Amino acid sequence: MPEVSASFSRDDVVYVARLARLELEPGEVDLYAGQLASILDHVAAVTGLDTSAVPATAHPLEIENVLRSDTPGSTLARDEVLAQAPRAEGGRFRVPPILGEVP
Amino acid sequence: MTTDRPGHPGWEVVVGLEVHCELSTETKLFCSCPNAFGAEPNTNVCPVCLGLPGSLPVLNARAVEFAVRIGVALGSRVEASIFHRKNYFYPDMPKDYQISQYDEPINVGGCVELADGSRIGIVRAHIEEDTGKTTHVGGGGRIHDADYALVDYNRAGVPLVEIVSAPDIRSADQARSYVNELRAILIATGASDGRMEEGSLRIDANISVRPAGSDEYGTRCEVKNLNSLRSLGRAVDYEAVRQIEVLAAGGTVVQETRHWNEEEGRTSSLRSKEEAFDYRYFAEPDLVPLAPSEAEIDAVTADLGPLPAARRHRLGELVGTDGSPIPVDQLATVVGLGLDDLVLGAVGHGADPRLALARAANEAANRPAEARSLDPVAFAELITLEAAGQLSATQSKAVLAAMLEGGGEPRQIAARLGFEALGDAELEAAIDAALAAHPAEWARFKGGDAKVAQFLLGEVMRATRGRANGKVVAASLEARRS
Amino acid sequence: MSGSTWERPLDAVRTARAVRSGEMRARDVVSAALARIAAHEGALHCFNTVTTDDAVAAAERIDAVVAAGKDPGPLAGVPIALKDNLCTRGIVTTAGSRILEGWVPPYDATVVRSVAAAGAVVVGKTNLDEFAMGSSTENSAFGPTHNPWDPNRVPGGSSGGSAAAVAAGFVPIALGSDTGGSIRQPASLCGVVGVKPTYGLVSRYGLIAFASSLDQIGPFAVTVADAATLLDVVAGHDPADSTSLDVRPEPLTKLLDEGVEGLRVGVISDFLVDASPSVAAAVHDAAEALAGAGAIVEEVAVPSLMLGLSAYYLVAPAEASSNLARYDGVRYGLRVDGPDVEQMNARTRSAGFGPEVKRRIMLGTYVLSAGYYDAYYGQAQRVRTLVARGFAEAYTRFDVLVGPTSPTVAFEIGAKTQDPLAMYLSDLYTIPTNLAGHPALSVPFALSEGLPVGVQVLAPSLGEGRMFRVAAVLERGADPAARGPIEPRLAGVPR
Repeated sequence: MPEVSASFSRDDVVYVARLARLELEPGEVDLYAGQLASILDHVAAVTGLDTSAVPATAHPLEIENVLRSDTPGSTLARDEVLAQAPRAEGGRFRVPPILGEVP
Repeated sequence: MTTDRPGHPGWEVVVGLEVHCELSTETKLFCSCPNAFGAEPNTNVCPVCLGLPGSLPVLNARAVEFAVRIGVALGSRVEASIFHRKNYFYPDMPKDYQISQYDEPINVGGCVELADGSRIGIVRAHIEEDTGKTTHVGGGGRIHDADYALVDYNRAGVPLVEIVSAPDIRSADQARSYVNELRAILIATGASDGRMEEGSLRIDANISVRPAGSDEYGTRCEVKNLNSLRSLGRAVDYEAVRQIEVLAAGGTVVQETRHWNEEEGRTSSLRSKEEAFDYRYFAEPDLVPLAPSEAEIDAVTADLGPLPAARRHRLGELVGTDGSPIPVDQLATVVGLGLDDLVLGAVGHGADPRLALARAANEAANRPAEARSLDPVAFAELITLEAAGQLSATQSKAVLAAMLEGGGEPRQIAARLGFEALGDAELEAAIDAALAAHPAEWARFKGGDAKVAQFLLGEVMRATRGRANGKVVAASLEARRS
Repeated sequence: MSGSTWERPLDAVRTARAVRSGEMRARDVVSAALARIAAHEGALHCFNTVTTDDAVAAAERIDAVVAAGKDPGPLAGVPIALKDNLCTRGIVTTAGSRILEGWVPPYDATVVRSVAAAGAVVVGKTNLDEFAMGSSTENSAFGPTHNPWDPNRVPGGSSGGSAAAVAAGFVPIALGSDTGGSIRQPASLCGVVGVKPTYGLVSRYGLIAFASSLDQIGPFAVTVADAATLLDVVAGHDPADSTSLDVRPEPLTKLLDEGVEGLRVGVISDFLVDASPSVAAAVHDAAEALAGAGAIVEEVAVPSLMLGLSAYYLVAPAEASSNLARYDGVRYGLRVDGPDVEQMNARTRSAGFGPEVKRRIMLGTYVLSAGYYDAYYGQAQRVRTLVARGFAEAYTRFDVLVGPTSPTVAFEIGAKTQDPLAMYLSDLYTIPTNLAGHPALSVPFALSEGLPVGVQVLAPSLGEGRMFRVAAVLERGADPAARGPIEPRLAGVPR
């Protein structure tokens, strides 16, 4: 297993906050960096283990091929759907302008 | 295959295409909302495809069946696969992740043979869910000047198969040809209706250039917003030239995503110098693995029957028995429109293969839906009438048009249209009359004047009101001369 | 508070029997529950929403069904509380978060439909750590829940509200969810029974997801029999959940009196090392009780289980970071506006999520990110296999395992909030079960300085039968003073 540096730097916090669409105050960045570094240090106990001969468990179950038939079912009434919308217009959800392109 | 561009000799364009194909299922990929085009916004939605808190996906069996059909049709290995989450934020994504397949897709490898015989490799084809649709409002509909956006989730969760080709395409023509072939294959599997104009088929192109004969790949750009075959071809040509000019001037091509602008006929850079997006793929914990059995795959293989390339070969063999060149374009048209069974059926009932093929490709092709339901026996009869000279080419086409319009028997239609087949005696009598009326011309013809033959033929045609078969008349005149 | 309306409620099994036979009216049962809530809820904050009118109406419908000679089901008229991360159509569901404050789901979770179909009457949605992330219910955006045994102390978490509602005698049964111990640990801290079923036994459709490969819904109850009854109602295959097991489990209520004669019980020695002395003592006493009932009891070391905490705090945040991405202010819930959608998303999420949720989202995003995936997430999934193997090896020699549920009794509110890691250690003994997808439960067994101590029983997948048999024996051998419900104690009143 390659050695991974078990620290969570300020830059790391800024990076993941951006990926996760979280806006942090400058003071928060340092606070979280400290907390996350200490958590990661603790859990990184496992990163040093030799698991080369061990397969991953993505899932506790061992089932496969769970499928459903291609038969139409009930949909939600649009009023009910849009009733919870923070902002709607013309039957659609309204959002501020989208700057970025689809990744 | 090198394509020399005017002013840019010695360069080669390398293209790989990613084609997203909407599957013709009744319901969406992970829920039982209707998979329908054109409904009122947000009326085909439920907790699952809206990604409401607590909702869970359940996989559509028919979508899997279609994906397997596509894999078999592309010659892929159909394998056990799992789903992955592709994580990113965008308003048209209800969960802000897309359920897709990453490094264990259902279909691996494969190959598509084009009408001209060239082969394009397939890297993979996988299942994924579609996103909703965003409309930008204000600012002339341009993304960057918009005041706000509106989102409709009817399309969110519609099943897609994404087909990724190898970078084997070497020209705009070949790119178009590949998409056409792919579309024909998809229609043949029943998995898709292949309608680009309705968004059933969407194309992204990865384009790079390199010095002709080089083995290394140049830096590629991804080009999006290709809504038609025409756009695809134009974009390939434009982008190739753009990149060549950059490199020829000593610059480097920036790896980026570019947007094709159909009106302006150019690509423009979309993404700011941003690093490659971190999608944080991980196995979808709400779904279990998919493992189609050998029996299922075999059943699909058996059910699919021959694919377009094989069908072209089969038809070509029938037609090429006389050794003369095979009309490849006609084969492509006929197979592409699903009319090869008609031709084969007609040939089976005695029709002349070349003529049947020609009429199918040139005339029946105008109304493909009707042509597909045409009775091969009736079609054979028509072809035989024409081949025997009892109907002229013009007449035959008219009868065929009538058959496509409203069905019916060729002989009855011919009679109704006044195209009664000219009996031999009647024809000979007509020729006799024409020659008797024009003795001077007849004398010149006997003396070897070929041009006057046209005049005499015209007279016979006039006298028989077009019912005479030009070739038969010519043959008869020839026979009389000697 | 003498002269109060508090009365120990009848258990669910007897209530249902009485309502079905017409001997009691559901209306009266539910009214009494609502009265107890009205009197004592203010001191405890078990509920985010009390559904008074709906509950009364539902109770009346049950009575009408009985009057018409029909059977309302095995939970007829029984008041039940539901953790506020279970979607209830028409009833506000917050997941303990500002980002879903006021959100009304347009659909019911499958378990909600199941309990309603069985005749139970929902009296409210209980408080929880935000998005089920926590071990004390202090992470709720709406304030903590107080432990009925001592209101200065936490009820545990994340299903603290449900555990406390049962412990305070508001309702005889409740549903919670357990991802790393969120049913069992609060059950232990509140002196009630709490069960995490086998992964896949109970449908997750309608459970607001935290960590999809770990989450399970399960029952709280005063008695083992009630817990079994409720689990029987909600267990079983659901086509709306692809991870739902296609099993029709045998009713657990029938197995409860089968005893433990000859059953091989392993006491997990690794778990006793760091547990407080009173907790360790309770486990030893429980082991003796089982031996006295004919079980074959031995200590067993399962060292790989101790890797569980680390693996969990890599896997769970990773899945959570993805599950919580949908809270973006676009379709429902809180929206804080911005000049563009990206800023709207960020402002909304920053205002809507509390610090623990943000920590876990960031940690999860990090471990999944390019370059770190294999070392962290990939590695954690492999460690998960090691944990499963540890269990598998133990279960070749034992039928069930026992150990402590929580390292300590209920701690004081605020005692662990400064150090996230200290809080995470509360789940040391419960986490391995979730990683393996196995069932486990906590049964109140002893008192330590007036606070309840639960003992944990663990079994292999679909081993609920033997697990409940052990629980039934432990229930009989437990200190009766250690078991709820109790009249909620006021702050300042000595124990």
